[in-house]
Amino acid sequence: MTNKSSKESLAALGFLLPNLVGFLVFTFVPVFVSFGMAFTNWDLFHAPRWVGLFNFEALLGWHYDPVLKQTMMNDPFFWKYVGNTLFMMMAIPVGIAGSLCLALLMNQRLKGMTIYRTIYFLPTVCSGVAVLILWKWLYNDNIGLINNLLRGLGDVTGLPLNGPDWLGDTLWAKPALMLMGLWSGIGGFNMILYLAALQGVPRELYEASAMDGASGWKTFWAVTWPSISPTTFFILIMSLIHGFQGGFMQANVMTQGGPAGSTTTIEYYLFNIAFTRFLMGYASAIAWVLFVVILILTLITWRLGGKVVHYA
Amino acid sequence: MRNDPQVVGAQPRSAVESQMARSKSPWKAIFAYSVLTLGAVTMLFPLYWMVLTSLEPGDVAFSSGTIHWWPSKFVWSNYPDAMEAVNIPRLYFNSILVALLGTLGQVITSSMAAFAFARLTFPGRDRLFFTYLATMMIPGSVTMIPNFVLLRMLGWIDTYQALIVPSMFSAYGTFLLRQFFMGLPSELEDAAKIDGSGYFGIFARITLPLSMPALATLTTFTFMGFWGSYMWPLIVIQRAELRTLPIGLASFVGRYSAEYSLWMAASVIALVPVLVVFVFNQRYFQEGIKMSGIKG
Repeated sequence: MTNKSSKESLAALGFLLPNLVGFLVFTFVPVFVSFGMAFTNWDLFHAPRWVGLFNFEALLGWHYDPVLKQTMMNDPFFWKYVGNTLFMMMAIPVGIAGSLCLALLMNQRLKGMTIYRTIYFLPTVCSGVAVLILWKWLYNDNIGLINNLLRGLGDVTGLPLNGPDWLGDTLWAKPALMLMGLWSGIGGFNMILYLAALQGVPRELYEASAMDGASGWKTFWAVTWPSISPTTFFILIMSLIHGFQGGFMQANVMTQGGPAGSTTTIEYYLFNIAFTRFLMGYASAIAWVLFVVILILTLITWRLGGKVVHYA
Repeated sequence: MRNDPQVVGAQPRSAVESQMARSKSPWKAIFAYSVLTLGAVTMLFPLYWMVLTSLEPGDVAFSSGTIHWWPSKFVWSNYPDAMEAVNIPRLYFNSILVALLGTLGQVITSSMAAFAFARLTFPGRDRLFFTYLATMMIPGSVTMIPNFVLLRMLGWIDTYQALIVPSMFSAYGTFLLRQFFMGLPSELEDAAKIDGSGYFGIFARITLPLSMPALATLTTFTFMGFWGSYMWPLIVIQRAELRTLPIGLASFVGRYSAEYSLWMAASVIALVPVLVVFVFNQRYFQEGIKMSGIKG
């Protein structure tokens, strides 16, 4: 090694050190520690005990119940909350489609679009506990805005429009949270990404399509949709990754995961297992299952996407 | 900006395109405006309702069946009442302290590491960078529990450093800035090298000043991240004096179960700094989103 390159390596070490130490201590090493913890039983107060694959068996396995005479999941709650999480993720395609529609509308050369963009982005900016509290108020059974509006509409039209107890009804709590999610996310990150993508579609393609006399609908499917497919692909993957880890703040602030566990997601369950029941090993096992599912799903999407996505 | 009519007018239009523009009937514009306006009202109305409720007297806000679109009486005292009930000055102080120090730390450590990855050669560089990238895929809940255990061992539970230090080192920030530094022209740096500048001189006097847009973007996003952070403070803070704004707000809702006017007043107060940051940094938001989309 020459003198100059060893000097450069030393300088690099100096630049890297602050970040690298933090990275090793708070990210890199914890990943391995977490993996080890998943094979232990630990309540923080006694020494951790090695239990092998027990946590994973308790989480993912099943057994035959001789009393009920049927096969039961070892942790039926976990599977219920997986179901809740998947159910709430059904809002993802709706949200993506909505963001795309908004971006298409805004991509026209009309005046005042900057103002619209700002307005649609506002719920994303405000997102957080304050907005969750606001929606808890809007969804109030008796005196919330939404049920008041429905009642008013019912009086005018004569239809029986009595809104449900949105957050207190096992049937409506999940759709209510999904609707709130659509409101806060539809004009946010995804729409901005779509706008940028739409502005990058080569103009010649539109001209060629117009020369062929294609209709707007046809042009969209033949030109726009393939051209922005990498963006759709990126948004889809990121939404899936976030979706699996979602739902904690809503459940914690608005519903406590209820009613009857109907808004408890995997992430909220994991938090409760770790920090109210102090089952650190079991919680680590859940975290790793979540990680593996996300990894597999991302890889599958990647594989499938590679066939569909059109890179210019 | 594409939407600016003057800029659009300055672009040469092809024959086909102007024909396209002419064939566009006004109905299309009317349709777009109607849909967008309807949507905009849906976006804004809940926020308006928040401000409205925050100014209502408690009993009026709760009477069933009546909707009024304007406060029957402006009860400004809801704001000082909410401030007192939740101890908002303290929550503000904590949130601002944590967000400022955390953001400062993250921007400094990320930019230094990014400089090493983008501009210096050293053994194992690419492998280390790939490790950084790979960890970005790992869910936060994997590292959360070991970090909590570590902080507990250090005696950091219920301290400011528990809120700041673990989030100060970001693989994402390093990645974002590294991509930006890679795109900078290296001529200026070469000239500085010939003039005898050391690596740190180049970093501080050339790379950083040229990277202001990327730094502003990272600063904005990191600040918002710290400001809205919820799960981590919930884990490491138990004492009320150390709560950040989101935690304090949520616990307020738990304690005062039907004080909607106060809830909304407290929520409005909590949103003000975020809106200020947004208004002044709007373009960094949008640029930042586009930059993060590039990696896809």
